Amino acid sequence: MTADVLTPLLPGVPLLLGLIGLVLRPGDKRSSQALGIAGAAIALIVTIVLLAVVDEPVEVTHRWVTFGDLPVTLGFSLGPAALYVAVAVAVVALCVQVYSVAYLHDDTRYAPYAAQVSLFTGAMLLVVSANDLILLLLGWEIMGVCSYLLIGHDRRLPEAPAAAVKAFLVTRVGDVGFLLGIAWLGVWAGSFRISDILAHGGVPTVALLLILAGVAGKSAQFPLHTWLPDAMAGPTPISALIHAATMVAAGVYVVFRLFPLFAQSPAALAVLGVMAAITLLLGALSATAQDDLKRVLAWSTVSQIGYMTGALAVGSPAAALFHLLTHAAFKALLFLAAGAVIHAVGSNLMSRMGGLREHMPVTFWCFVAGLGALAGVPPLAGFWSKENVLVAAAHATEGDGPAPAWVGWVVWVAALAGVAITAWYATRLLLYTFFGHARSRTDEWHAGFSDAHYEGAPGVPHDPPALMRWPVLLLAVPAVLLGLAAFLPGFRSALELEPPHLSVSIVLPLVLLMLGAGSAWWLWHTGPGVDPARALGRSRPLFAAGFHLDKIQNLLVVRPVRAFAGAVRLVDEKVVDAAVEGAGTSTTRLGTVLAAAHRAALPRAAVAVFSGALLLGVVAAIYGAAS
Amino acid sequence: MMDPPGVPAALQVLLIAALVLPAAGAVVVALLPTRLDRGARVVATVFAAVTFVATLLLALPSSRDVGWTDYSASGAVPVVPWAEVQAPWVPSLGIEFHLGVDGVSYPLVVLTGLLTLLCCAYTVWKVPAGGSGRTLAALLLVLEVGILGTFLALDLVLFFVFFEVVLLPMYAVIAGWGGADRRRAARKFVLYTLFGSVLLLLGVFTVVVAAGTGDLLALAGGYGLSRTTQQVAFALFAVAFAVKAPLWPLHTWLPDAHTEAPTVGSVILAGVLLKMGTYGLIRVGVGVAPEGAAWAAPVLGVLAAAAIIAGSLVCLRQTELKRLIAYSSVGHMGFVLLGIATLTVTGVQAALIGNVAHGVITGLLFFLAGAIKDRAHTGDLGALGGLRETAPRLAGLLGFAAIASLGLPGLAGFWGEAFAVVAAVERGGALWITLAVVAAIGGALTAAYFMRLLRRVTHGPATEAVTGFPAISRPEWIAWAPLVLLALAVGLVPALVLAATADPVAALTGALR
Repeated sequence: MTADVLTPLLPGVPLLLGLIGLVLRPGDKRSSQALGIAGAAIALIVTIVLLAVVDEPVEVTHRWVTFGDLPVTLGFSLGPAALYVAVAVAVVALCVQVYSVAYLHDDTRYAPYAAQVSLFTGAMLLVVSANDLILLLLGWEIMGVCSYLLIGHDRRLPEAPAAAVKAFLVTRVGDVGFLLGIAWLGVWAGSFRISDILAHGGVPTVALLLILAGVAGKSAQFPLHTWLPDAMAGPTPISALIHAATMVAAGVYVVFRLFPLFAQSPAALAVLGVMAAITLLLGALSATAQDDLKRVLAWSTVSQIGYMTGALAVGSPAAALFHLLTHAAFKALLFLAAGAVIHAVGSNLMSRMGGLREHMPVTFWCFVAGLGALAGVPPLAGFWSKENVLVAAAHATEGDGPAPAWVGWVVWVAALAGVAITAWYATRLLLYTFFGHARSRTDEWHAGFSDAHYEGAPGVPHDPPALMRWPVLLLAVPAVLLGLAAFLPGFRSALELEPPHLSVSIVLPLVLLMLGAGSAWWLWHTGPGVDPARALGRSRPLFAAGFHLDKIQNLLVVRPVRAFAGAVRLVDEKVVDAAVEGAGTSTTRLGTVLAAAHRAALPRAAVAVFSGALLLGVVAAIYGAAS
Repeated sequence: MMDPPGVPAALQVLLIAALVLPAAGAVVVALLPTRLDRGARVVATVFAAVTFVATLLLALPSSRDVGWTDYSASGAVPVVPWAEVQAPWVPSLGIEFHLGVDGVSYPLVVLTGLLTLLCCAYTVWKVPAGGSGRTLAALLLVLEVGILGTFLALDLVLFFVFFEVVLLPMYAVIAGWGGADRRRAARKFVLYTLFGSVLLLLGVFTVVVAAGTGDLLALAGGYGLSRTTQQVAFALFAVAFAVKAPLWPLHTWLPDAHTEAPTVGSVILAGVLLKMGTYGLIRVGVGVAPEGAAWAAPVLGVLAAAAIIAGSLVCLRQTELKRLIAYSSVGHMGFVLLGIATLTVTGVQAALIGNVAHGVITGLLFFLAGAIKDRAHTGDLGALGGLRETAPRLAGLLGFAAIASLGLPGLAGFWGEAFAVVAAVERGGALWITLAVVAAIGGALTAAYFMRLLRRVTHGPATEAVTGFPAISRPEWIAWAPLVLLALAVGLVPALVLAATADPVAALTGALR
């Protein structure tokens, strides 16, 4: 009973508070901070209460509207796995709201910012709790719009509006497929309720592939990942929100939700697996060559989401969800800690950092924990979840799972390679930012996506104020410990996770991990203070530019559409409209000619009248004779 | 007056009042002396308000509300309006003065009442240059008579008469209070739509002569008209309504008319006047000539999909604010027509809610565009920029309207567009699936041009044109707030529009199954 009432409140409260926040005066800091924090906190409390009282999945269904024979319901369903995701969302959102209070302390438009974060949180919770595809789409799209608004929030960044538009449009392109997939599934099953769709027999592979297009957009999978690195133009807390528990996780979660269907479609899983492997390697390699701290983290997100979709592709949704949860913890930690670094240094560029370890010990240790978890150092969180993904992929190579064996091989090899590359760039980031000596910070102070701005030149870098420090420290706890949850039977059964395998299978990833981290350390050791990325040689610009996929996208999609639009406009004006205008002017002209004919002089007019009379007479005579 | 069974007298009075009140208001306002110009506008607003209340009250329960359907022995579901009023008019030709309202027309009737009220209230505050305010207000009320009459008419000839009543006042509004090139735009509007009317007239008489009655209730479902008659009639109706809606490629009067029309003219034009075309297509086209509709549906569908793509692509390259919004209407009406063309209950319902949503959102967009143009004295997207720096509230509202218009779920525009796609998928087959894909791509293009619009107008550094904007005045808030709230309300509770549509729509499309 309680659960039936609480479930709609989970997304409902943050959404409502977000809407209220939108109509506040933009500069009203106190109310907006209170509303924002309250929204996330209430969502967290509701989730925890639900976790405590619920033993079996809650399902709530209300009528919403019916189109023809297709009912659309306000349906919610929350299983234990969904509740864990909801906890992650709410915790990260709460941390972000608190952190933002300090981080954006001098922002004049704080009210819409906090409100949009609330809407974003509510929308993600809606995706997590929805039991109806249309309702899920509601959350999905609201997230898209909020990401647009939040990425474009910083008015001093010339690149922010473009990045915001790009994020919205690239995901929207994926959503073309998503909408069609939903339409297809709904028509196929005669209902948009996810439980009805899962219960309906058969597999609509086309619909699943269409859904995957939407997933690729939202979860930044190749080839629709291009928006994510640019989205770093948003304020850093927003990057934490988008990249940790919301938005990018939404796509993975949707596949998880529909996994019983995917499990029956080897074709869809194969597509997903190839997509995952490409994304994983592409993201990891691109992360190696970035100079912007946030961009390293952004590309690493792309790569880590590749691990999740890879796990789904090899038929292990539990491993995907586990990695989603650990990633939420350590990526949120890394972004918020990166915000502290940027706040202290006044730049995003690692080439302007260096030697921060002594001045910012708290931030440094948080970074160590976060990067260790990201790289998969035992016993930090990422180690356990990544190990799960690798074991699942290794299993799939035997070909007795839902996915073809070759998909298992592709994902397994890519994931292993990813381990080494991840360790390499994580080590590079840590050494280059926190070790060595402080590098020159004299020229072009505000270059890069520096969203925190300062009065005058910053003094000695220091750890952030309490409101920023506590959220970071709080997130460090799960980043370190969450992996051990795999030993808790309750957690395992909620996710349907397999127990950790501490067998020989972990040797290979650990060797690769040491190889990656060791080589980065060795490069740093031989040339202290020099960017280890220099070793990438001629491939460095290619990696730094993300394999030029932006350019390709521009060339293949943006420009043709623009040219086509120009042509259509031209046709519309010079052909369609000109035909109309032409009809008008020729009628007028014809009228002029006829009018001139009627102005004939008397003799000619008389002749005309007589000929007319004669003609009529003849016609009458013939007609009379005939009848 | 004949007394239709089961309709309370109050509802019959309301039906009459919905037409008589604005007509009387127009006369009163026009007769008031010039020196009482402002007073006359207030009087017009009062009349519009009372009419709005009357249209709202049409949903009062009648004894027919237990189920708006009357299952006859054959199992077919006839169209039964909630309320109707009937009187003989030209008995020898079988023409009656027959008004009624049901779930299909009610949302549009209320929307008409609301938008006229908002426009009249707006006119009290601001009269565009060109003529006297009270004449404009009177014309708005005459327009309301015509539009309400069109939505309420249950007789084909009566429908035609009201359909025509709208033409001249709209011409006068554009030609009298419009922009620099207003005369040409108004002439184009009136001549183009007259061309449509001629075809409508031909269609009306084709049907009335063949059937011997003009009663839309009797005619619904085909009335046993021959296949050929239905095909001819539907072809005539379809072209006539396609001009009004407008459907690509018969749309070119629209951008000119919108660009030149005064704000209130644009709002009425986009908000409800275009809906006469789509409503007519559902009520008259599909209702009277279902076989003809089934015959022409693929063509209509293809044209609708073309309209969606062409409309959005032109918007993507458009450089004038009001023109862009006008072209966006072409795309949106494409979704509505696609819904109708599927001839499924889902599709027609999507079309109905799409109609209302477009009225609300585009009405709001034109109000906002008008406010921006009045303040900046230009609608050139190149000259506008950085609106959120100088007028954050106005920029926020424009952002809201644009996001609503691009079909964000949770706001009104979503349902019509998404379910037009769903209906096309539901219809199945290679053609309709292709059309669904094209329409969905059009949805992405819609997002693209609105994002471009917002980026141009609201983001970046403030340009000279947008500096020194006066704040949004109270009358503006009064005119806009209901539309903002409606966009949200219809988005969250689509049943507001669709609650009573299932049965009448099933009845209208029933002849096809």
